[in-house]
Amino acid sequence: MKRTRLYSAHKTAGAKFVEFFGWEMPIEYTGILHEHMAVREKAGLFDVSHMGEIIISGNQALDFIQYLTPNDAARLDANKAQYSALITPQGTFVDDLLVYYLDEDTYLLVVNAANTDKDFQWILSHEQGFDVEVQNKSEYYTQMALQGPEAYKILKPLTQIDLEKMSSFAVERGSIEGVEAFVSRTGYTGEDGFEIYTLAPNPEKVWDAILEEGKAYGLQPIGLGARDTLRLEARLMLYGNDIDEHTTVLEAGMRWLVKFKKGDFLGREALLKQKEEGVRRKIVGFELVEKGIARPHYPVYIDDEKVSEVRSGSFSPFFQKSIGLTYLPVEHTEIGTEFSIDIRGKRTKARVVPTPFYKREENQ
Amino acid sequence: MYPNDFYYSKDHEWLKVDGESATVGITDFAQKQLGDVVYVELPQPGVQLEVHQSFGVIESVKAVSDIYSPISGEVVETNEELNDSPELVNEDPHDKGWIVRIKVKNETELENLMSASEYEKYLEGLED
Repeated sequence: MKRTRLYSAHKTAGAKFVEFFGWEMPIEYTGILHEHMAVREKAGLFDVSHMGEIIISGNQALDFIQYLTPNDAARLDANKAQYSALITPQGTFVDDLLVYYLDEDTYLLVVNAANTDKDFQWILSHEQGFDVEVQNKSEYYTQMALQGPEAYKILKPLTQIDLEKMSSFAVERGSIEGVEAFVSRTGYTGEDGFEIYTLAPNPEKVWDAILEEGKAYGLQPIGLGARDTLRLEARLMLYGNDIDEHTTVLEAGMRWLVKFKKGDFLGREALLKQKEEGVRRKIVGFELVEKGIARPHYPVYIDDEKVSEVRSGSFSPFFQKSIGLTYLPVEHTEIGTEFSIDIRGKRTKARVVPTPFYKREENQ
Repeated sequence: MYPNDFYYSKDHEWLKVDGESATVGITDFAQKQLGDVVYVELPQPGVQLEVHQSFGVIESVKAVSDIYSPISGEVVETNEELNDSPELVNEDPHDKGWIVRIKVKNETELENLMSASEYEKYLEGLED
């Protein structure tokens, strides 16, 4: 199994580990509920070095990215990151990702750990005709996420980077505790925070310094368990659960991600057609009305007809109830619509609710 | 750690005989494995259980686990406090986090369970 450069730091901190697509990653340290609330109320530090990093460079790097992704990468500059996706000609997801502009004609795609090899092959298979070079640099990058209302205060004394001027999705380069890194105001928790990337061989120095600085603020190291419950409350998609090669960008409610006017791109025609005809099903957030916890793959019924399955489903530590995401026929997606979920043979009542389930108060 | 007057199963349930009935819960080892317990599905009193029959479910944030009966007999009482405070299973697994009381049908079944020292040895074996 692969380990990140921070493995021994996790071990020392008493992490419980789990295998995650070939990586030995911390699932929890002190307990998922405690870690979850630490991020909502104070701050949490995540090791997400298992994420994949693919670099596309060359004369036509921008053209190539424009072709592969539905968002408009021409709007990127050295100080801005962008959420986007790799999509199929059918308008479905190969993966979702972040795009960074690293340098002139050089872009970085940050992709899901589970998909790194698949994405790399997908990108190579479309390379022909573009003057570009594609490199999988995943093993060189360490990525950490510092998230929560106290994230800014914790990071500030450790870096010269002017964090204050960084708005959402802003990117800055510099060093943290003397270690060269770049930082974006992004995350996967629904809280304010930063994602930190470094190629340095000693990223532990950064990890330790942040933990030390964060002590006074109640900062905790956070495992993949709470990462999943945090992102679900914020209705951030998880590839493999909520989006995959069978769900289109429009069905997943991400019309905003598709910039039809930017020119041709993979999936454009299919998505344009679907936009005009309208989607037949759409992703919705739900909560259980009755007792129980709806988990991924549990069957979803409207009256006596099985229409779907639970995609993401978990106990929400913040709301103390069962929440999740599923796809429903559009005529049943209105807020308040009731349907049922089969939990171990028992039909359990659920209700469509507005998402994101959790939205932080602004101006924190 | 593991009380001497309890019996233990390989599925990590404990059982304490109290007159004609026995109290059943999950062991400290089991609750640690599960992580934060957020929901316990209890059986209805009156249900007849066989040895190793699943009679309920414990859910942590990440996982769903069946709870198995270490003996046969009728469920006479369930720990209703777990409906509002499932965390008792983590906080006090061997006492306040008890799950059901079962009327003992066949005392000889107890001989198939482990003592505290046997259970501790069993756990050591699992860690290898």
